[in-house]
This record gives sequence, C-alpha cells and structure tokens, in this order.
Amino acid sequence: MDALLDIHDVRRSFPRPGGDDLLVLDGVDLSLHEGEIVGILGRSGSGKSTLLRLIAGLASPQHGTLSYMGKPIEGPARGIAMVFQSFALFPWLTVLENVQLGLEALALPDKEIRTRALAAIDLIGLDGYESAYPRELSGGMRQRVGFARALVVNPNILLMDEPFSALDVLTAENLRTDLIELWSQHKLPIKGIVLVTHNIEEAVQMCDRALLFSTNPGRVTTEIKIDLPHPRERSDPRFEDYVDRIYVEMTARRIERARPVQTAGYIPEGPLTPVSANAISGLIEAVAAPPYNGAADLPDIAGDLQLEIDELFPIAEVLQMLRLCDMEGGDIKLTPTGKRFADADNNERKEIFARALTSYLPIVAHIRRVLDERASHTAPRRRFVDELEDKMTEDAADETLRAIISWARFAELFSYDDESETFSLENPT
Amino acid sequence: MQILPPVSIGTNRLLPRSWDLLAGILIMGAVVLFADASRELVQPLASLSRSPISLEPSQLPEYAFRTALRMLVAMAFSLVFTFTYATWAAKSTRAGAVLVPLLDILQSVPILGFISVTVVFFLSLAPGRILGAELAAVFAIFTSQAWNMAFSFYQSLRTVPIELTEAARMFRLSAWARFWRVEAPFALPPLVWNMMMSMSGGWFFVVAAEAISVGHTTVVLPGIGSYIAAAIAAKSLAAIGWAILAMLVVILIFDQLLFRPLVAWADRFRIDAEPSDEESASWVLRMFRRSKLLDALGTPFDKLMRWTWRFALPGRGPRLERAPSRIGGLVWYAVLVAVGAYAAWRISAFVDASLGFAEVLRAFLRGLATLARVIVLIALASLIWTPVGIYVGLRPHLSRVVQPVAQFLAAFPANLVFPVVVSLIVARELNPDIWLSPLMVLGTQWYILFNVIAGASALPRELRDAGRNLQVKGWLWWRKVGLPAVLPYYVTGAITASGGSWNAAIVAEVASWGHRTLHAYGLGAYIADATSQGDFPKIVLGIVVMSFFVVVVNRLFWRPLYWYAERKFRLA
Repeated sequence: MDALLDIHDVRRSFPRPGGDDLLVLDGVDLSLHEGEIVGILGRSGSGKSTLLRLIAGLASPQHGTLSYMGKPIEGPARGIAMVFQSFALFPWLTVLENVQLGLEALALPDKEIRTRALAAIDLIGLDGYESAYPRELSGGMRQRVGFARALVVNPNILLMDEPFSALDVLTAENLRTDLIELWSQHKLPIKGIVLVTHNIEEAVQMCDRALLFSTNPGRVTTEIKIDLPHPRERSDPRFEDYVDRIYVEMTARRIERARPVQTAGYIPEGPLTPVSANAISGLIEAVAAPPYNGAADLPDIAGDLQLEIDELFPIAEVLQMLRLCDMEGGDIKLTPTGKRFADADNNERKEIFARALTSYLPIVAHIRRVLDERASHTAPRRRFVDELEDKMTEDAADETLRAIISWARFAELFSYDDESETFSLENPT
Repeated sequence: MQILPPVSIGTNRLLPRSWDLLAGILIMGAVVLFADASRELVQPLASLSRSPISLEPSQLPEYAFRTALRMLVAMAFSLVFTFTYATWAAKSTRAGAVLVPLLDILQSVPILGFISVTVVFFLSLAPGRILGAELAAVFAIFTSQAWNMAFSFYQSLRTVPIELTEAARMFRLSAWARFWRVEAPFALPPLVWNMMMSMSGGWFFVVAAEAISVGHTTVVLPGIGSYIAAAIAAKSLAAIGWAILAMLVVILIFDQLLFRPLVAWADRFRIDAEPSDEESASWVLRMFRRSKLLDALGTPFDKLMRWTWRFALPGRGPRLERAPSRIGGLVWYAVLVAVGAYAAWRISAFVDASLGFAEVLRAFLRGLATLARVIVLIALASLIWTPVGIYVGLRPHLSRVVQPVAQFLAAFPANLVFPVVVSLIVARELNPDIWLSPLMVLGTQWYILFNVIAGASALPRELRDAGRNLQVKGWLWWRKVGLPAVLPYYVTGAITASGGSWNAAIVAEVASWGHRTLHAYGLGAYIADATSQGDFPKIVLGIVVMSFFVVVVNRLFWRPLYWYAERKFRLA
C-alpha cells in the first residue's frame, strides 16, 4: 500500500542574529499510511509544530523531501487540512461563514458550498450554532468549528496541532472521544491523521503509532506501536503499560541530555526554562512526603499534582540540573541535598539553593563574579544578553536570563532592576 | 470603544536611523518643490470669491453642507491612500524601510504649512476655476487625516495573528481574498478609531483652509470657514454665534450618522474574544441591519467581491518563502539614493538662493518661544484636567455625561471660538504675547480630559476597594493610586494635545478682529506672516523648523515617557 505521506531526511533551521543557524529539525523520517493515526510526542521547542507546518506546506525544509500521495509538497496542498491549537477562527465570521471559507476558495457553486458546510456542521455536532460568532461559543465548541472547517474540504490528511491543549480536561476528553468514535465508524472523510501533542495519555488513547521527538534538534528517537482496539479505556492495564513505557523512554533520553550541562565556558548549551522557585520547592516537598518518601514514579506524581508532562518535566529537569534529584527509568529520586532541602527552613533552603546554583550553573557564578569584581557592584543586562546570544536566539537568551534572575532572587545571590535593566548586589533596604 | 494610543509612538526607538534622515530629506524636498513651483507662478490669480460670502444665517446650512462634503471627499482619498500605501509598506520590506519613516515625519509636519505651499500649485492646475481651490482645501484636509490612518493600518497588517494567516493559506485563499477576508477586517477597529480621530482633528483645518491668502492669491470657498472669516472682517459676534451653532449641528450629525454606526459595526471585528463591557449601540446601525432595502442593495456587491476571491493572480499562488533578489534590491536602493540626492540638491539650491544663517537662527528662536508656550500650556491644562478627569472617571454616572461632551469638544474646531477671545483681547488692550497663547490649547486640552476619564474608569473596582480597605486617602491616594493608574492614558492624551497645539500655533499666534491684527512672537506667527506675504523661502523654513521641533520633542520626551508609563503603569 502506498503511503499517504512520506517524509525523508528533513532538516529545518532558523537563522540567528549571531550568524550560525538554530537547527530545529534534523534527519526526520516519517510516513503515514491509509487508515492510520500517527502521534508526534515531544516537549515544546522540539520542533514538532514546525514539522506539522512543513507538511501543511506553510514552510519549506532546507534539506530532505516531503511528498503527499507521491507528489512533492510545494505550498499548501489540496487534501491536507489543519486544526490549530488556538482554533484560528475568524472572529468576524459566523460559524457557518468560517466553515464555508475553505469551500469558497475552491470556487464551488454557492449551493454546494452551503449543503456541504451544513453537513459538516451537522457531523461535528454544531447544529443550531450556525449563525453564532466564535466569541459567543465556549472553547470546546470553538474547536468543533475548527474541526468542521477542516473536514468540510474533504481532506485526505488531517493535521492536528495540539488541538485539545487549550481546552479544560473535561471538554478535551469529550471532544477526543467524539472524534475517535467518528473515526472508527468511518464517518470522517479523512484517510489519515497526524497528531502533535505533549500529552502522553492522549497519544496512547488516539494513536496507532507514537513517534517520540527529542529536543535540540528535533528528531525521531523512538517509535512505539500502540496495538489496542478502540475505544480504549484508561483503566485497562495495557493502556497504563503503554503510558509507562513512553514515560520511561522520555526520561531516559532526558538524562543523557541533562548531564553534560557543564560545558567549556559558562554559557549553558541550551536555553533555561523559567521555573518558579515555588514550583521547585513544591515538587521537592511532594516527592519527599509520603507516600513517595523520596522517590516517585513520574506518571503517578504527575497525576497526583495534576501536572501535564509539559509542566512537570521542566521543573524536574531544573532539579536534576542542580543535583537536587535524579531521574531514571520513569522515576524521580531526591539526592541527599534534595532531602536536606526538603527538611530545611526557608533561610537554609535559600542557602542550599544558592550553593547549588553557583556550583552547577556556571553562568550564575559568572554573573556573581562580575558583580563582585566591579567597584560599583552593578552590571547592565545587555552585557550578559550579548554573551548568551552567541549561543542561542534572542528569545531564548531572554528566557534564560529571566530564569536566572528569578532563581537568583530566591537565593538572594544578586538582584535586578527591571527599569534600569541592571544587575546589582544590593538588596533594597 | 477602547481608547487607542496615538500611532506616532508606535515604536520605542529614540535615536534616528539613516532611514529617518532620508525620509526627512525627501519630505523637505517635496515641500521645496511645491514652494519653488509656486514662486514661479508669478501672475496674481484672480480672486476666487465670485459670490461673496453672505452673513445671512439662512445661508449657513448650505455652507455647512459644503464644508462637510469637503471632509467626506478628503476622507475617501485618505482611505484609498491608507489601503494602498500602508499595504505596500507592510508587504514589502524594502518599501517599508522608507515608507514608514516617511509617514512618521509627515505626521510631524504642520498641516497648515501644507496649505501654504500647495495652494498656489493646486490653483495653477485649474487656472481661474474654483476646482483648483477645492483641490487645495481637500488636500489640506487629507494631510490632516491620512497619515495616522495609514500608520494604524500598517501596524495592524504587521500584527495579524500568525494562525489566522496560516489558516487562510491552508484554505488556499488568494492574496486578494486574504486581504479582504483576513487582513482588512483585522485592521478595521483601530482604523475606525483613527478615522474618528482624523475627522475630529480635520474640522479645525477645513475651517482654516477655506479662507486663506498666500501672497496675492486669495482663496475663499463657500463654507463655514469663509463665513467665520467674513464675520471677523465685519466684527459680527452674532454671525460667529450662528457659525458655532451650525458647526455643533454638523458634528452631531456626523457622530450619529457616521461614527456611532461605524464603531458599533467595527466591534464585531475585534480579535479579543471578550465581549466589550459597554455594548456599543447605534440606532442607525440597527436601522440598517433591519432594513431589507439595504440588504438588497448590498447583495450584488457582496456577490461580486466573493466572485473575485476565486481568482488568484497568475503565477502568484500559494508559495514558499524565498530570498529577495539582490539585483532588485540594488536597483531599489539606487533609485532611493538618486531621489534623495535630487531632493537634497533642490533643497540646497533653494536655501542658497534665499536664506541666510541669520534667518534660520531667527526662525529657530521663534520656535523656542512657541515651544515654551506649548510646554506651559500643556502643563497648565494637565494640572486642571487630570484631577477633574480622575474625579469624573471614578463616578460612572458623571462620566457617562461628561465623556461624550469632552470628545465632542475635542472635535469642535476651536478656531471658530478664536474671534470671541480675540475681540476681548482687542477691547481690553491685553498683551498678545500672553493672551493669544491660550488659544493654542483651546481645542486640544479636551484630549487630556477624555483620556484621563477613560483611564480612571478603567481602574478596576478591586484596586479601588483595596485602597479604601487600607485607608489610603488624600495626597497618598493621588500619588499611589489615582495618578499612576491614569498615567498611560494621560500621556496618550497629552501627546495628541501637544501635537495639535503646534498646529494651532499657526492660526493662534496671529489673530485679527476687524482691521486690528494681533501678533505674538513665535514660529506660528512666523509661518502665518510668511504665508500672507507669499514669501515661500520663509514658509519652507518655518515648516522645516516646526517639523524639527515636533520630531525632537516627540522622540526625546513623549516616546520615552509613553513607554515608561506603558511598562510600569499599564494595568494588564
């Protein structure tokens, strides 16, 4: 059977002010066959959305080939439709007009446009909302319009860019089950789906294959075939097995990436994520407390704290970078320093955190050293931004500095004045 | 309708770039070109007041209608300019690099200066006929409306949410269809706001443009402005009263029939999903929406537009991004350099021939005098209207009444009221250097008031309650709660007020009552006098110096203040 979609050895990078390019996707291979749902799982920044835009023909790769039904993709192709994370509905068009938009561009007769739009609205359960404007609808209803708008052009491939992540848990679940039901009863005009998500359970619930993406640059590291009949039950032990397996795979890779943070020089290899000190303390306390007592299964604690993988991993990663915890095989375990942190009072915590920052995050030690050496004990922000931008994009440098500032403030290592954009040693008296 | 900041502070860049310099040279070159052409048209054109202006109040409806018509024609031109110029600037990086600074500088050129240098030129286009004079007036109004509309449209086009563009591209809409279905609707609410602001400022200039003398050329177009001029010559306070009344009615009609329906309609195109706190209502729009006749009239047009969306321009279908061609870039820059050099050459020839350094210094010193007036008056107006605005804004029942009045007063052309004040100054023999000055802020101070009212009403209930709960009162309350909360809004209003005051200086620093003409020492009087003497080198010099002052004050004072207020005090 011929593949609907064939992607071979795709590379995509974005230019950086510094000169060399930021590699977002590298050596990506992917194929989609008829009757298949393929999930792409990865952290934000792993280039999965970029890959989806390449498939959609909204951007082009620097290297490699993408072909749809045997023909190379050059620009938005007829037969590939997309559902957006933020819905991307036109607020000045009614539900009906939004759904008709894609058909109008196809230059169909007015009557056919209307019948087909109404049929799609009917199929997706939007009856009665035809004349409403998007702002009058709830999030779930808005995304239904997004689906109807994509389906009405009878695409062969449906691309979904985290379509449920802007919805609350209940609404997302409701929409997912409806969609899977329509899909398994063959009521949808589509032949294949590519779903981008960071929600592991969502991937296990919907996909026939899940491709795990690494970060910096994004590439497919593991492919997991999910062989369960629809409808899939979360309580099914096989369902849980798949979720655990994906967690283990994802944390295993994280370790090899998070370890060599200490590079030559003091500039971190990748951008740091601004995770609040409260979240850091909170996760340590949760792992230290019963029933975990210092070591926890990641899916368990994520469920317990009601955190998505995309929210949990950045926190855990910072802990690991600062040697406050270890991650292995889908587990998180506190180090002796981490345990001391959990038992300490607020002032001791600040000390432990300050020591961890200066020991394991060379850029923090560097800023502190610069401030100590200068007679005025102040330094402009620009100075460190410039150093960071040698290694990362402007946005990433900005985010990294925000992270550093917030941690340094908690640790009382140095302070920062946003109005004058200067670092200093003084704390306001 | 939420209040939008003036477009001139769109960027927080302070230092000029070479593009700004080029833009300055190009605009100066254009002004010089006009002035040169006018200087050479030596023959005194026949006075155009074929039918002298009658002071009969019964004539006023017709005059008012003519004035309003000029405004509408200029607005139509401004819209065409907006859709073409701004779109070009937004779509082409190369063009944008020079078109945007051009707009930025054009906004700072005194509008009445445009009239002085272009009126002779336009008259020469249709010699001896009224059409040329009409064109000159419409052009003057156009210059008061077009720049900020184009700027706002440009800014909107650059900020269309990426998902909307992507969705439209996924459905393979052609560039033409994307413009009308995605980009123009997205840009509409700020555009409508700026149209309203433009109209509001435009009344001032239409009144000034209808009766103007440049050297031997006198233009008198039937309209409210000429009526006022005739009333001044005849020292008739009663006629001035009638003119003010007629203007009030015209502005009310525009508000009810044009802008309220437009604002209510544009509300649908706002991207923020939250329904607006106050439902914009308009009885006219309701009528339109319920009327079957208008539906029937609109449908064919709608169908036609939909039909055109089906065609993509040949060869310009959906395409991938590509690097701009180098040769095209070289040609483009070469053309720019050539035009810039030509403009610079014309300017230097013009300056050499006619102006010495002493004259430049004289104009500059007068500029400082006008600057001092603007600063003092804006400060005075702020001292008065900020507390009043906060007081009113915190009381919804009061602001419901005061806010529309303030907005109305901002639109009302203050030059209609000038004669009343001037007659007093003449009668009491007051010092014109001091007493003519308040005229400059007479019309513009209301921008401060209505912006502050808007700011105070936007102060969240919880913040006010928190203040009360902590017993914050008196001066402490003003310092920590009231003033910071309205600062971004105040700055927005003060920028508009200060820009308007510079413009008003040209008609405020020289004023007549009957045969008496009062002069104040300032750049406005310098330009006005040069205009009435037809001394084009001095007109150009005056315009350039004033534009320079406005640009410098904006860049060094208002922009930094605005961005500071925006960062520190804007309630998210």
